[in-house]
Amino acid sequence: MLEIKNLHARIAEDHTEILHGVDLTVNAGEVHAIMGPNGSGKSTLSYVLAGKDDYEVTEGEVLFNGRNMLDMSPDERAAAGMFLAFQYPIEIPGVATMEFLKTAMNAQRKARGEPQLSIPDFMKRVKEAAGFLNVSMDMLKRPLNVGFSGGEKKRAEILQMSLLEPKLCVLDETDSGLDIDALRIVSDGVNKLRGPDRAMVVITHYQRLLDHIVPDVVHVLSKGRIVKTGDKDLALELEKNGYADYVDAAA
Amino acid sequence: MPAVQETIDRVKAIDVDQYKYGFVTDIDSERGAKGLSEETVRFLSAKKDEPEWMTEWRLDALRRFQQMEEPDWARVSYPKIDFDELYYWASPKSVEGPKSLDEVDPELLATYEKLGIPLREQEVLAGVEPKNRVAVDAVFDSVSVVTTFKEELKKAGVIFCSISEAVREYPDLVRKYLGSVVPVTDNYYATLNSAVFSDGSFVYVPEGVRCPMELSTYFRINEQNTGQFERTLIIAEKGAYVSYLEGCTAPQRDENQLHAAVVELVALDDAEIKYSTVQNWFPGDKDGKGGIYNFVTKRGDCRGKNSKISWTQVETGSAITWKYPSCILRGENSRGEFYSIAVANGYQQIDSGTKMIHLGKNSSSRIISKGISAGKSQNTYRGLVSAHRKASNARNFTQCDSLLIGQDCGAHTVPYIESKNASAQFEHEATTSKISDDQMFYCLQRGLTEEEAVALIVNGFVKDVIQQLPMEFAVEAQKLISISLEGSVG
Repeated sequence: MLEIKNLHARIAEDHTEILHGVDLTVNAGEVHAIMGPNGSGKSTLSYVLAGKDDYEVTEGEVLFNGRNMLDMSPDERAAAGMFLAFQYPIEIPGVATMEFLKTAMNAQRKARGEPQLSIPDFMKRVKEAAGFLNVSMDMLKRPLNVGFSGGEKKRAEILQMSLLEPKLCVLDETDSGLDIDALRIVSDGVNKLRGPDRAMVVITHYQRLLDHIVPDVVHVLSKGRIVKTGDKDLALELEKNGYADYVDAAA
Repeated sequence: MPAVQETIDRVKAIDVDQYKYGFVTDIDSERGAKGLSEETVRFLSAKKDEPEWMTEWRLDALRRFQQMEEPDWARVSYPKIDFDELYYWASPKSVEGPKSLDEVDPELLATYEKLGIPLREQEVLAGVEPKNRVAVDAVFDSVSVVTTFKEELKKAGVIFCSISEAVREYPDLVRKYLGSVVPVTDNYYATLNSAVFSDGSFVYVPEGVRCPMELSTYFRINEQNTGQFERTLIIAEKGAYVSYLEGCTAPQRDENQLHAAVVELVALDDAEIKYSTVQNWFPGDKDGKGGIYNFVTKRGDCRGKNSKISWTQVETGSAITWKYPSCILRGENSRGEFYSIAVANGYQQIDSGTKMIHLGKNSSSRIISKGISAGKSQNTYRGLVSAHRKASNARNFTQCDSLLIGQDCGAHTVPYIESKNASAQFEHEATTSKISDDQMFYCLQRGLTEEEAVALIVNGFVKDVIQQLPMEFAVEAQKLISISLEGSVG
């Protein structure tokens, strides 16, 4: 599904290199966790995958279902099935969440040459997904992310993910700012989307998210490289011993 | 950052030439009255079969105009207008006083059809719910070509006709109210208009009548080198209600065309007038060539107790806009409202806003202004809120928001607040924001194209005002805003 080969990327503005050769292969049906200390390049990796133009790729390639993803614009990547759940979701004043959902779903359908959703069909999908994530009708009428609590923002991200039905989900620190109850709701939402045709990359600092979303593979990212790969027990080991061993190894 | 550089490039390459209404109608027309003189005024007046008092009124205005100097306080710049090079009269040849639609030149009907304005009542009736019917007065260059639903309105007692017809048929009403809100010498362009106004609409809603349908005027400038000077007068008697909408377009031409209109509204006790404008005059091409100079004086007089006047405007066109729809809040408990969306792209210059003059006790007003600037445009909000000595407990709330797209445009807010009564309460809020790269990226990540993302964010920004428009026009206005901003973001 996703093949990242020797990926080097830098900040466009000042040419600071953040990723120094990332290799990662994620197959359909798998959930990979990427862990690592602050500043290791986790968020940069997610932005580069989504195509944010604050970053430049200087070397390497990214294949998404065999297609060169680096040649695609952010909206083309989205329509091809790449979804990024933001660590800090952006406010869109005056645009009701419901309206945003409809616009996004129809934009992707249009890009893929599919017909627009009928209103009843759209409403049915939204109600079902929103019910599962405990998102109220009232919240759907409010402008997207404006005045949302941390938990509401993250639930709105997962709601968008459910409705857009992506093939590849990248979740950037989705657990940050969540209390225990919200963490459970969000995790349940994510787990519901696990399936043989879908791949997920879960970026997190902490092991606790991985108690809820149990990964198939765990990677440690340090100083822009993947320095260790293991199964879910690796996350438990990191929780106990910290990142120090791996940070030193990379240095 | 590359995003910003790309934005700059895209804005440079901006294509304002996509103006949808830029076609010219090939029609036999008569053009006369070149240059501004007593002869021109007499010619105009004679063409319209006006009574002596009207001719004199015009000549008086002309004499005053010749003593006046063009104001230069607005934040707009343009070469001086040579009033002697303009034509003051242009009329489609075949339509001097058509009795029915059958007498109207088919080319003209086709033009309005192209513009999406239904003039045939049957057609209007066929597809649309009865409650959504709109009566239209269509003004082509200097003359009103047709007014629909006249008979039906008459049954309700509502007079809706061209101002020329009103001068002939209802002289007492016209004499009583014309120039009573915007005096002949009010300002340079209003005085010019008073001398040479060509046509426009007249509405009279009698006491206690709620006008049974939306009224609308559709203005189109077709002829070259022609000024359009329309004059609109709306009177709502005690307890009356009327909602009125005007729309404007013009063909794409290299020369600048002048449009200097005057609109006067009078609301008596408990009356309400809702006046909406969707202005989409040709804004000029991508190099800033051509376009309409739009110098307009619009004012409403809340003359009676509990009267209410509400202005809603969506301004996307014109090379230069100079326009301040205002309310004189004379009556006790009267209320004025101003909701505005002003979109400037390319080389457009807008200096627009409102005046809320509080004279009566407990009068209140509300101003919501949303300015959007893109390309190399300049967009200024200029507003006055004042309370006179006797305006106890006057209240105003003003909210002025500006949205910038790109690096080469400007937004300016110039509020004037004057209070001579200690019990008056005026609030002013203003914000300026940009569509951030983060907002754009977020929308793109969800699959929206750049243009879809800008349209969505802008529609969110203007939502408060769009909601004030009559339902039938809200969707149209939203589309218009998106079209005006096409190609403005990279």
